[in-house]
Amino acid sequence: MKKALSRQHFWSLTITGTIGFFAFWYLARALHFSPPQFLPMPHEVLFKLVDLMEKPFAGATLPEHMIASLKRFGMGFGLAVLVGIPLGLSMGWFRLLDDIVTPLFDSVRFIAPVAWVPFAALWFGTGIGGPTLIIFAGAFPPCLINAYRGARNVEVRFLEAASMLGVGSFKTITEVLFPAAVPSIIAGLRIGAGLGWLSLVGAELIVASSGMGNLIVRAQSALATDTVMVGMIAIGAIGVVIDILIRRIEKLLLRHRNA
Amino acid sequence: MATIKFSDVSRVFERDGKDFLILDNINLTVQDEEFVAIVGPSGCGKTTCMRMAAGLEFPSSGTVKVNDIQVSGPGPDRAVVFQQFALFPWKTVYDNIDFGLRGKGIIKEERESLIAHYIALMNLKGYESAYPHQLSGGMQQRVAIARAYALNPQVLLMDEPFGALDAQTRVVMQEELVKLARKNPRTVLFITHAVEEAVYLADRVVVMTSRPGKIKEILDVKSVREAEKWDQHSKIEDVMDQESFVHLRTRIWKSLREEHAGADH
Repeated sequence: MKKALSRQHFWSLTITGTIGFFAFWYLARALHFSPPQFLPMPHEVLFKLVDLMEKPFAGATLPEHMIASLKRFGMGFGLAVLVGIPLGLSMGWFRLLDDIVTPLFDSVRFIAPVAWVPFAALWFGTGIGGPTLIIFAGAFPPCLINAYRGARNVEVRFLEAASMLGVGSFKTITEVLFPAAVPSIIAGLRIGAGLGWLSLVGAELIVASSGMGNLIVRAQSALATDTVMVGMIAIGAIGVVIDILIRRIEKLLLRHRNA
Repeated sequence: MATIKFSDVSRVFERDGKDFLILDNINLTVQDEEFVAIVGPSGCGKTTCMRMAAGLEFPSSGTVKVNDIQVSGPGPDRAVVFQQFALFPWKTVYDNIDFGLRGKGIIKEERESLIAHYIALMNLKGYESAYPHQLSGGMQQRVAIARAYALNPQVLLMDEPFGALDAQTRVVMQEELVKLARKNPRTVLFITHAVEEAVYLADRVVVMTSRPGKIKEILDVKSVREAEKWDQHSKIEDVMDQESFVHLRTRIWKSLREEHAGADH
């Protein structure tokens, strides 16, 4: 079995790895592995990032592209949460609903979100509707599945206590199943947000005229590798920030629980 | 008037395609405002009896009636105190008690005073906004008892409510339950494996056989308690010192021991 690393050991390895990575990057450039326009140096990427904060590329600055993407993400993800959680919890409570929805759901959820792109573009256009549907396609399944699982796995004694107290279906779902399912739901939101964000970038590569995905695909056509890299880094960074925000919400929701 | 009536109740569990008889022809009537304790070896089906009265399980044959109406499901007229408390961890003490009351169509002010009453009665003052995990086991069970009493149920069903508590807390809770039960008499079905507890709390004690559970004997404790004036002692140990108490306890012990011996061989 592997031994856990001490804190010092961990950080020294992390720093070594990071330095090694950048050293290799500079070395590759110094040894002319690749023409400069395909392999900008790290500091050049950083300068480009600063540059793009104010100078528009593909019709908008980097923050403007980010906001465009985040708006779409917010719409699609918000819709997935608003539909997926209540539906998942209700399916966990009403057997009939479970039996109706599950076969339909199982038959469409393995369609990759990006495969929805042409259909979404045909039906909802490339404005707000199409991309929203694609993000929804990515984010919805984990939201629904985890809310459903959380509801199904609620401890029987809580359900028995609720029924003994004469609590009806609606309040059982909102005040027993939902709070009991919060840890599972949050895990679903994290997966859903991740998938939704990935799907969005995929969608923007193809259909949008703004946003992060559009930025990098336009930069590619212009052979602006540094801009492509800035876009990739920003996409990753936003993904991390979204994940951190959701974990914050989890902490807030679970602050009164026993560990 | 609230009675619980088991008529020819049997219960079969199926496991691996085989049927196991766990309750065999139970006939028992708990009278209005009577406190009946069921004792028996583990696995004798005593908890199943309580759960059938609660509507959480159903007999395989025979009927369970509360107030002459066949039990078809759980409801707030039959409040349950579970062994593992079953308080909602995401609700405060106040909200746990209020949860059942909100559905009963009682106005807010009335609920508030009702909850305040039971919180005071169960010595929970000052803990209204605490969450269950912040309380000791004994206090959690007090909340569960307050929650059950606040429903103003016709019938109280308790499934080894003190089983998860330490010995000292248990004694305090038993004394408090006696006070509460004498002050607010209800029809109570109390499940326990602790003989002293049964004799101390109940009007009648039902002794069950090991599986399949049958009623072995029913002992009248109330007449002894009243004749010997146990209630003039406020402390459980003083009651337990009474010769009449010791006599009853020993009698039940012997009866149960036969069952354990039977189950072992």
